[in-house]
Amino acid sequence: MNQERKIKVIMAKPGLDGHDRGAKLLARVLAEAGMEVVYTGLRQTPEMIVETALQEDADVVGLSSLSGVHNYFFPRVVELLREKGLDDVLVIGGGIIPPDDIPFLKQSGVAEIFGPGTPTYEIVEYIKTHCRKR
Amino acid sequence: MISKEKLESIANSKKQWEEKVLNPTLAKAPERKKAFTTISGTTVEKLYTPLDIANLDYDRDLGYPGSYPFTRGVQPTMYRGRLWTMRQYAGFGSAVETNKRFKYLLEQGQTGLSVAFDLPTQSGYDSDHPLAVGEVGKVGVAIDSIEDMKVLFDGIPLDKVTTSMTINAPATVLLAMYLAIAEEQGVTFDKVGGTVQNDILKEYTVRGQYIFPPGPSMRLTVDLIEYCFKHVPKWNSISISGYHIREAGSTAVQEVAFTLADGIAYVQACLDRGLAVDKFAPRLSFFFNAFTNVFEEVAKFRAARRCWAKIMKERFGAKDPRSMMLRYHVQTGGVTLTAQQPLNNIVRVALQAFAAGAGGCQSLHTNSYDEALCLPTEQAVTVALRTQQIIAEESGAADTIDPFAGSYYIEALTNKIEEEVEKYLKKIDEMGGTLAAIEQGFIQKEIQESAYRFQKEIESGERVYVGVNKYVMDEPPPTNLLKVDMEVGRREAEKVKALRASRDQKKWKDALEKLREVSLSSENVMPAVIEAVKAKATVGEICDVWREVFGEYRPEAFI
Repeated sequence: MNQERKIKVIMAKPGLDGHDRGAKLLARVLAEAGMEVVYTGLRQTPEMIVETALQEDADVVGLSSLSGVHNYFFPRVVELLREKGLDDVLVIGGGIIPPDDIPFLKQSGVAEIFGPGTPTYEIVEYIKTHCRKR
Repeated sequence: MISKEKLESIANSKKQWEEKVLNPTLAKAPERKKAFTTISGTTVEKLYTPLDIANLDYDRDLGYPGSYPFTRGVQPTMYRGRLWTMRQYAGFGSAVETNKRFKYLLEQGQTGLSVAFDLPTQSGYDSDHPLAVGEVGKVGVAIDSIEDMKVLFDGIPLDKVTTSMTINAPATVLLAMYLAIAEEQGVTFDKVGGTVQNDILKEYTVRGQYIFPPGPSMRLTVDLIEYCFKHVPKWNSISISGYHIREAGSTAVQEVAFTLADGIAYVQACLDRGLAVDKFAPRLSFFFNAFTNVFEEVAKFRAARRCWAKIMKERFGAKDPRSMMLRYHVQTGGVTLTAQQPLNNIVRVALQAFAAGAGGCQSLHTNSYDEALCLPTEQAVTVALRTQQIIAEESGAADTIDPFAGSYYIEALTNKIEEEVEKYLKKIDEMGGTLAAIEQGFIQKEIQESAYRFQKEIESGERVYVGVNKYVMDEPPPTNLLKVDMEVGRREAEKVKALRASRDQKKWKDALEKLREVSLSSENVMPAVIEAVKAKATVGEICDVWREVFGEYRPEAFI
């Protein structure tokens, strides 16, 4: 029988933002949905996040930010991932993100933004549908 | 207490009511839900009667406002004398921009200031530090040196306005700057009033703005408390904060329990320093959240006051009634606000603010309706301030003291919350105290579990969240959101570089050297910090001295 590899997700908090209720909650939900989840903890630089993604052979990087710094950090993480040749890692984001910023973030390579009030099962479904298959 | 006979008679009449009136109705029309619970998950009974507060003893459990156990409030006249302080939390961009917002808010009738610092400042980094890139001025004002602080309070008389500063790990540094500029304004330390948060323990559990390990952090916290009671008598030297505990997902009970547990740890640390309890305890203050279930919040505030009074009297042997008073600031629940149909948040905030007022807070911040989307715009913050003013001046909440007292429901819920809080405190004691409970991840895990349960209730539709899981509608994207100019980071970085080049280098170097010496000793650091900020040492430089002397905290993530 083919043992299917679990989807591997890095949940990351870029920058100095300490609000990680959402990141921790989602980490648990994704694990319960059968994914393997690594939470980076707080105060991660884009370099640290990408290093973790590389070491862990991640399929998905989930970025959480409530401090208004998403326009800087999220594209930077995508850029570094691509530099390392991790072209097929799915990058998603969440937090307090003004709707106006979403087109820019998507253009920068963030696949989807999940704002406050998003049911967690929608995120699970999204990852299952969009993450690379192997 | 109600007589035994009367209680028996009520028990009988209640039984009859159930059989003859209630049950036939239930047989025809069942209730809307199988179980009714508060936001925190506490069961709410169909009906509360004297039976639910059979053991309540008025004199023992409630007493009078301004008297032990302070269940009914900490001041004898409460808001009939003076309304609570209206203190909107504000800060963004540079000191110049925030100074403008402060003046605007004061013109609108705000009665105290409350400073939000940006994350680099809160984490002890200057605006030109690599980790500050993108963060400068974003969620608060960027303050690198005493020069910024001067601009922040330019034209604001520090003997007339009290200021609350949300600053924790580097609290000593920002307070030192504030005191130094007050002195420049000609305001002596004994005339300066306000609050610094200075609550490091909750940074390790829920807020994340720590710098140093717990041991040295507690030392800085106690240094500040000690310095204030000796030299800045009107200053609240700590604001022990449950707000962030609730934001991170705790229940109301956990909010009170973990906050009071932190309070116990601080009092113990001060006693271990050799300070007399009645010297420092009167200047301890607290900070709580208010969610939308008015009754649970009112009961929570009453229970918290009673618990703290008992802890101070019975556990710590305080004699001065002021040591037993739980005085607190409230902020309405940021996490309760929705990005969906944001105007609904005005109603949520109004209910929460009403609960804060009816619950007996000393000061209040009402959140702005757009905060699930961005930092508050001027329009949104004005509505938020007006909400408090309407509640204070029109609703009647401020006209009599502790208006919900005697409600069977409120009294029963107050008792229940107190009981549950006491269970948690006992458990934390058994674990070896608050620090041990934090190190073992106990507090973190309890909060995360509650956050998870709450999320599941929303997603299953078991708990209604208007606009999110019920009464949902398609809506156009919101407009007119506040944007912080990305340029502010570059400007602030240049400014701090210029400051470093222009200051008196010898004076600066000597001051930092002195600070290092004092930090290595067991002397109080505050005088040396004040000298350092006067010599234009920056927040980052002072914290760097401590990073070398104390080390940095590297947390374990508990999931």
